[in-house]
Amino acid sequence: MMAWLRQHREAFARALGKLLAQRGASLLNALVIGVALSLPAGGYALLANLQQVAQRVTLEPQLSVFLKPEAKRAELEIRLHADPRIAQLRFVSRDDALKELRHAEGLAEVVAALERNPLPDAFVLRARDGNPAALEALATDVRAMSGIAQVQVDSAWAQRLGALARIGQLALGALAVLLATGLVAVTFNTIRLQVLTQLDEIEVSQLLGATDAFIRRPFFYLGMLQGLAGGCLGLAILWAGLATLNQGVRELAQSYGSSFQLVFLPGPQAIALLALCALLGWMGALLAVSKYLR
Amino acid sequence: MISFSAVSKRYPGGQEALRGVSFALEAGEFAFLTGHSGAGKSTLLKLIPAIERPTSGSVIVNGQNVGALKRAAVPYLRRNLGLVFQDQKLLYDRTVYDNVMLPLSFSGQPPREAARRARAALDKVGLLARERANPIQLSGGEQQRLAIARAVVNRPAMLVADEPTANLDAESAGRIIDILVSFHQVGVTLLIATHDQALIQRYGKRVLRLAQGRLDAAGRLAA
Repeated sequence: MMAWLRQHREAFARALGKLLAQRGASLLNALVIGVALSLPAGGYALLANLQQVAQRVTLEPQLSVFLKPEAKRAELEIRLHADPRIAQLRFVSRDDALKELRHAEGLAEVVAALERNPLPDAFVLRARDGNPAALEALATDVRAMSGIAQVQVDSAWAQRLGALARIGQLALGALAVLLATGLVAVTFNTIRLQVLTQLDEIEVSQLLGATDAFIRRPFFYLGMLQGLAGGCLGLAILWAGLATLNQGVRELAQSYGSSFQLVFLPGPQAIALLALCALLGWMGALLAVSKYLR
Repeated sequence: MISFSAVSKRYPGGQEALRGVSFALEAGEFAFLTGHSGAGKSTLLKLIPAIERPTSGSVIVNGQNVGALKRAAVPYLRRNLGLVFQDQKLLYDRTVYDNVMLPLSFSGQPPREAARRARAALDKVGLLARERANPIQLSGGEQQRLAIARAVVNRPAMLVADEPTANLDAESAGRIIDILVSFHQVGVTLLIATHDQALIQRYGKRVLRLAQGRLDAAGRLAA
């Protein structure tokens, strides 16, 4: 057991030594992996942020119902109140709407320039059931009532955003698979070169009684370390990228009165990503070693 | 210790290097293996540590049938054999000391014990003062002695040397053989392949003579 541990420690030390001895090449390799990794990781982080926004909005299954000028408000209000699917009903008169608009940033001048109030009266409904199909059914029913000019499912854009995010996720998945393959290929190639430069040592070791496991071990560690270094660099690139974007995002969010900003990958996911990189590096080493060591 | 029975070795090209070779070497025995170049000396020696496998017949080393040994078991066989190769196979990217440490690293020896053994082996071949040197800085005889130190560092029960005195002057060659014989004197089984007849006659030990892949004087003592 002690001997086994010692051998692993020595193999690790040898791999680390090799990595450090070829600092330039190791750094370039890690950079290739890091840059390749930062693309899907960055996309993932952006999507996660986007989905959070989308989720926050979808939580409010809200319908805006705009009335025709000739509509009978009281009658409609009774009918809507009677609908069990509606949890809450709020009337926004056209005057109130205009007042709200006047307070909205940047719109005061536009409102002031209006000769008359162009806004309709409206109801804002909150549905009991947030599911898109139920919302759509409710919207259709309300639309059929007399005196209704337009019904707008306010969460629709959030749904579209969600759908878009799902497409993005699929594309990212494909990208991630491609780049993971790339990572394996990069490690495969470096480890292959390592094996080729050490053929003498490998041959002599085999002749003097080294087991295959002993000979392979440092290469596995080398692959893992390289993957890990690439992963760390990738996360650093991602962090720097998000920090840069955030300067712009913060300004934009402030102009909307929001304190929104992009968040970095949460700790467990960052660690999982590093573990994945190490695993992929190990796989590349495995492929190279099983091809060139026999 | 070693027993060959009806061993033949045919290389993929169709060339038959050994034909029906049979002999036995007892534990603690000392024998020369001789014959012209191409007679099959190197092939015979390569069968012992399973570098090559016999085409037919059986090679038994330490009670193990080497020809049928699984790949995974081969390293453990080799650790019990001290091998000195014709071309030495030293590693020139590390010091003399690290060359000797190499076989000890496979078995996961405690570092202090490994260092002690490596220095003892270097001392025995008279290279302790050169432990920090690179093998490329050593003379031919010194390189061969380094190869011997590396072969004995695991304290094998048997030493197999392929032409250890080739390309050496008489003085260096004599020193090499003296070192090998000193291991024989403490009980190590010794098999030396050489075409140097003067050397063989000097020691008057058992001679295995190969000619065209056949052993023609198995077990007989040299005249």
